[in-house]
Amino acid sequence: MQFGIVVFPGSNCDHDCYYVLDSVLGQRVKFVWHKSASLDGIDAVILPGGFSYGDYLRTGAIARCSPIMREVLEFSARGGLVLGICNGFQILLEMGLLPGAMLRNNSLHFVCRDTCIRADNVDTPFTSRYSSGQVLTMPIAHGEGNYFADDATLADLHKFRQVVFQYSSPDGRLETEYNPNGSCDHIAGICNRERNVLGMMPHPERCADSMLGNEDGQSLFISMIDALTSVA
Amino acid sequence: MNEKLVTARVYITLKSGVVDPQGLAVENALKSLEFNAVVGVRVGRVVELDIVGQTEDLVRKDVSAMCERLLANPVIENYHVEILSKKGT
Repeated sequence: MQFGIVVFPGSNCDHDCYYVLDSVLGQRVKFVWHKSASLDGIDAVILPGGFSYGDYLRTGAIARCSPIMREVLEFSARGGLVLGICNGFQILLEMGLLPGAMLRNNSLHFVCRDTCIRADNVDTPFTSRYSSGQVLTMPIAHGEGNYFADDATLADLHKFRQVVFQYSSPDGRLETEYNPNGSCDHIAGICNRERNVLGMMPHPERCADSMLGNEDGQSLFISMIDALTSVA
Repeated sequence: MNEKLVTARVYITLKSGVVDPQGLAVENALKSLEFNAVVGVRVGRVVELDIVGQTEDLVRKDVSAMCERLLANPVIENYHVEILSKKGT
């Protein structure tokens, strides 16, 4: 079993993901340069955070055109696990693998701090180690994390139980004051209908090592390992 | 061989109903400069493309496809294509 972390020019959370999978969780993992045309030997793909192509045009819009992304599309269509974190989530939206789009944070500020997020609809290969309604603390660091989708899309997201993480109070209440960026329905992370593609703005890789004083993100990676192990 | 050069200008704007935090900030800044008549600001983007060897009709069609696939995000943005000038023959 091997994880692949796609590296774009401007990715900057790639090594954090590598560290968690390799050093903390003892998994096989390798970097995949975005110009590579193959995902051979990869069992799960991570699109890491950062500023691919300097966020030119729109966040994630140029990265989406990289050669490797054709492979990622096919990989996900075959049911392969794809996790997009922060800029990775923005890329998944631009690719159309997940619905909606990102707008500037409503504050116009780049927001870099811990947030509380409530896990729901946790029957995904990424979240099986969490319980429904569990509130996690995870850091965010983005300027464009204001998730937007039209009403019909939002209704579908709820209907098909695709809303996986929502910004909340420490006790799980969804209120405007706990929404750090203005996201529709407080959305912090969503999956596709098939549940094998997850995009999220908070950074689980930044809170997955006891040394950092918060391990809430570790269970996300362990859930993925569980899922891959049960398939193998 | 003379290749006809066409310049296409693409205006990309946020759809109505999509909040524009940047536009709001500009609006507030204008008001602080006492341009009090301003009641709405939307910030968009302009892209100019030089395209060679195609008829104007084909350029329009191609640029629309470019907008759908890359230049604009149809989820949140509208676009409008204008053919600017023809140089050479």
